[in-house]
Amino acid sequence: MATPIATKTFRSLKHNFLKINNLLYTRIPFCKKKHQIIETAKQADQWQAVIGLEIHAQINSASKLFSGSGTSFSSVVNNQVALFDAAIPGTLPVLNKKCVEAGVLTGLALNCSINKVSKFDRKHYFYADLPAGYQITQQRQPIAHNGRINFTVFNPASPKHTIPRDMSVGIIQLQLEQDSGKSLHDEDNQHTLVDLNRAGIALMEIVTAPDMSDSEEAAALVKELQLVLQAIDTCNCKMEEGSLRVDANVSIHRPGEPLGVRTEVKNLNSIRFVAKAINYEIAEHKRILESGGVIVNETKSFDFKTGKTVSMRDKEMKQDYRFMPEPNLPPLRVYDNSDFPTTKKSSQAINIDTLRAALPVLPAEKRHHLVHQQGLSVAHALMLVADDDLMQYYNSVLAASPHLTPKLVMSVLATDLLACLYKAKLAISDCYLLPRLFAEVCSLLQAEAITTTTTTKLIQLMFNGETLPPADIIENYEWHKITDRAEIQRHCEEAVERNPKAVRKYREGKPRYFTKLVYHVQTKSNGCTDPLVVTEILKKLISEVS
Amino acid sequence: MSRAAEADRRISAGQPLSQLDGIPVAFKDNFCTKGVKTSCGSRMLRNFYPPYSATVVQRLAGKGTVMMGKTNMDEFAMGSGSVDSIYGPSRNPWSRSVRYRERRLGDAEPLRVQATSGQVSYSLPSSTEKQKTCEDDETLSDEDDWLIAGGSSGGSAVAVATGASFIALGSDTGGSVRNPASYCGVFGYKPTYGLVSRHGLIPLVNSMDAPSIFARSTDDLAAALEIVAGHDIRDSTTVREQYKPFSLPDDLSVKDLHVGIPTEYHAPGLSQGMLDAWSWVADLFDNAGAKVSRVSLPHTQYSIVCYSVLCACEVASNMARYDGIQFGHRSEQGSSTHALYAATRHEGFNDVVRGRIFAGNYFLLKRNYEKYFVKAQQVRQLIAEDYRHVFSSGVNVLLTPTTFGDAPSYRSFIGADNRTRSMQEDVFTQPANMAGIPAVSVPVMLSERGLPLGLQLMADNFHDKQLLTCAKWLESQVNFPRFDPVTDS
Repeated sequence: MATPIATKTFRSLKHNFLKINNLLYTRIPFCKKKHQIIETAKQADQWQAVIGLEIHAQINSASKLFSGSGTSFSSVVNNQVALFDAAIPGTLPVLNKKCVEAGVLTGLALNCSINKVSKFDRKHYFYADLPAGYQITQQRQPIAHNGRINFTVFNPASPKHTIPRDMSVGIIQLQLEQDSGKSLHDEDNQHTLVDLNRAGIALMEIVTAPDMSDSEEAAALVKELQLVLQAIDTCNCKMEEGSLRVDANVSIHRPGEPLGVRTEVKNLNSIRFVAKAINYEIAEHKRILESGGVIVNETKSFDFKTGKTVSMRDKEMKQDYRFMPEPNLPPLRVYDNSDFPTTKKSSQAINIDTLRAALPVLPAEKRHHLVHQQGLSVAHALMLVADDDLMQYYNSVLAASPHLTPKLVMSVLATDLLACLYKAKLAISDCYLLPRLFAEVCSLLQAEAITTTTTTKLIQLMFNGETLPPADIIENYEWHKITDRAEIQRHCEEAVERNPKAVRKYREGKPRYFTKLVYHVQTKSNGCTDPLVVTEILKKLISEVS
Repeated sequence: MSRAAEADRRISAGQPLSQLDGIPVAFKDNFCTKGVKTSCGSRMLRNFYPPYSATVVQRLAGKGTVMMGKTNMDEFAMGSGSVDSIYGPSRNPWSRSVRYRERRLGDAEPLRVQATSGQVSYSLPSSTEKQKTCEDDETLSDEDDWLIAGGSSGGSAVAVATGASFIALGSDTGGSVRNPASYCGVFGYKPTYGLVSRHGLIPLVNSMDAPSIFARSTDDLAAALEIVAGHDIRDSTTVREQYKPFSLPDDLSVKDLHVGIPTEYHAPGLSQGMLDAWSWVADLFDNAGAKVSRVSLPHTQYSIVCYSVLCACEVASNMARYDGIQFGHRSEQGSSTHALYAATRHEGFNDVVRGRIFAGNYFLLKRNYEKYFVKAQQVRQLIAEDYRHVFSSGVNVLLTPTTFGDAPSYRSFIGADNRTRSMQEDVFTQPANMAGIPAVSVPVMLSERGLPLGLQLMADNFHDKQLLTCAKWLESQVNFPRFDPVTDS
């Protein structure tokens, strides 16, 4: 049986997680629905889903992959277009070294092997926002391949994922390529408007192995990738601006049977849509197969208004991209310490080992440190590492009061402070409760001068503008923790007396009625009693009375 | 004119920007010239005024040369006669030369060309030696009776031959500079691939295109090369190593030179006149103390068929940008984007271009890629290997014909389709593009019809100085009777 306090903590925790998710990804509404779908699926059959992702991450370089024009997101239409980007005849691609460095760095962060020689190919198709009629990419010999991304799947709102689970997904390859322009279809005037600002911006296409089996795993991978790319500063990962776009390949099959036919959902621009589109596809595949239909290998897009995927009509015909080597770019050569040419200055060529040495601490390592050195739960470590501002606040609290137990600090932070922020619709960076004062509250809790209930009230009070020092507030409100056992005993006896029905029901085997008794004591004692002690005394009392 | 006047002032002040300050130059119409129409001889780019200038154009302008104009070419450089252009064909000025016309109209006997060691003499043959040397019908009117300039850079060759420009730039992908140089009696020099920037050259085959130079002497070639060559940040295929400018020495000797004569170039269809010129020049080298020996380039015979695959593939790819959206011709028709593309491209390109696009896309299909593109690339490697082998065996230069014979007439030339013509015309010149090596066509003598014949010299990659030095020696020996705009027309 869960103790009341544990229940409370869990609820708060869950609540806070939802809130964090909500703040970052606004996921609350779909979570429930999604899991309903999954649950139904589980019961109905034994289908297994196989999911692989292709992720396009824009490199946050100042200039484009092959031209000198700028790359800022919201500049005036067709205002960041070099002659090369518009495919003006006679122009040639000139490879941007910064983009290659970003590719190598990302490859290293994803545990890839870096190809010392990689090559560029042309991929041909006609589209109004692809001025040259081909995209320069690295189909045959990419800059990096054969990597791995390690992450934790955890979502308290999803029944399948309430316990954090470590996962590792293969990275098949990472290739450098050009982004296309943007087309705007003006249906009324039958015009297509083309903006080439994005044309030629460097992309890293990251192709994962089909190692995932549900949407939560896919969503967790994308989240982790965001953290990694942001940590190494190769992509700003703003999905809403299209800096990070996800294509999901989905198929389903029964265990022991060969893989099913896959469909591809293109250009998912939020983590929520990634999960939603995958769930929709899985359900759709099942519906089709179970009604005796056949899955067609096709490319789809996700309509966020209806929550459905739809076939992309203009790509219905099977494309033959007629790949050929890009003749205007010599093979791309990178080096390491063992073969860096002595004739070149360090600025003239790329050294893998130099970049490796420059890798910052990656999110997985940060979490490992928090869990194993600081004793935090995996859930709290995930929460901290996912939010730089929260991490900063947490570190400031510990810096202000080094004697505090990290676990206690994080518990109060996640349970109480984040609840206040959520209610006030504020971000942690806007929090005006100073880490120093927050640390004082934690110190009181750690010294057992106050209870967790008081801590919550204290934080709320201070968050809402109370300027007195925590110790004075406690004095004023008489919020000291009651340590006098006789006093607690008195409250407990009263609780038992006043709630005969609850006592009876509890004795009849309905443990939840016990909560009512604890609640009574807590109310009477103004939350200043330790629930553990209260529980102990109450139980003793009830068994004595019987 | 103002640029010429400025150059005049600089020169009289004794401060010329370069050897070529004030010198007129012309550019093939596939070199982008800022604000000056650059059409590639195509309807597709008839309204294209580039917003920038090619690197070679900038570099020449920076050294004071004066652009005389843009020159005619086969559409997108696909051709070897300069006859497939929206502006009509380019005519070879030798069509009007007295020496040729007298013979064409039956007023004179074919030239008797006496090539002995040391010099060539031209005289009228005795009546017993009189023979019909031309395949053309002699009753043709003067208007039909003109000679092609060769191509695809024919306009540039004509500009230099007539003196309309002192130097002209062309592009050489399969022989497009050397071929018209041979037909028009001028020097046509294709530098090593990677020595001269292609930035601003509207491409035919990126991996083979070489910005190339027409001039009336080897010293002029070297002077122009000095200005245009060298690494360009905008062309990643230009060599990074510091290019060392050179001028050609005046005291020439070929004593230590090893000249290779590739036996495979003795091909069926080679005219007697060209064969005579070839052996005469080989003897010149031999007599001057050079080592002359036969060598073998066994794979070069596959060059043309290999080229027809690789060229079509790159053409299909390079032409994909001409969709009427960003620049160039745009069709009035077009119910949808794809219909607009189709109409634009149908109207904008001639049959030759469309045919190559079609073939290239076929070769690049996933199911055909290995069979055609990959195989062709392998053959290309073998051809390059042939040259490496010969040059590493001690041969310094190779001596071959540039063309099968002298310039054909327009009428006989258009008898065959563009593809067949290209395959015939490029046989001797194409392999050098496969290997990237430098090559120069040197006018050596007149044919019996009174028309120029050019021989080709090739050297190893980046041995351009050696090549041009050798060409200069040959120039000094042959005493070629240049086209004279005054007396010849």
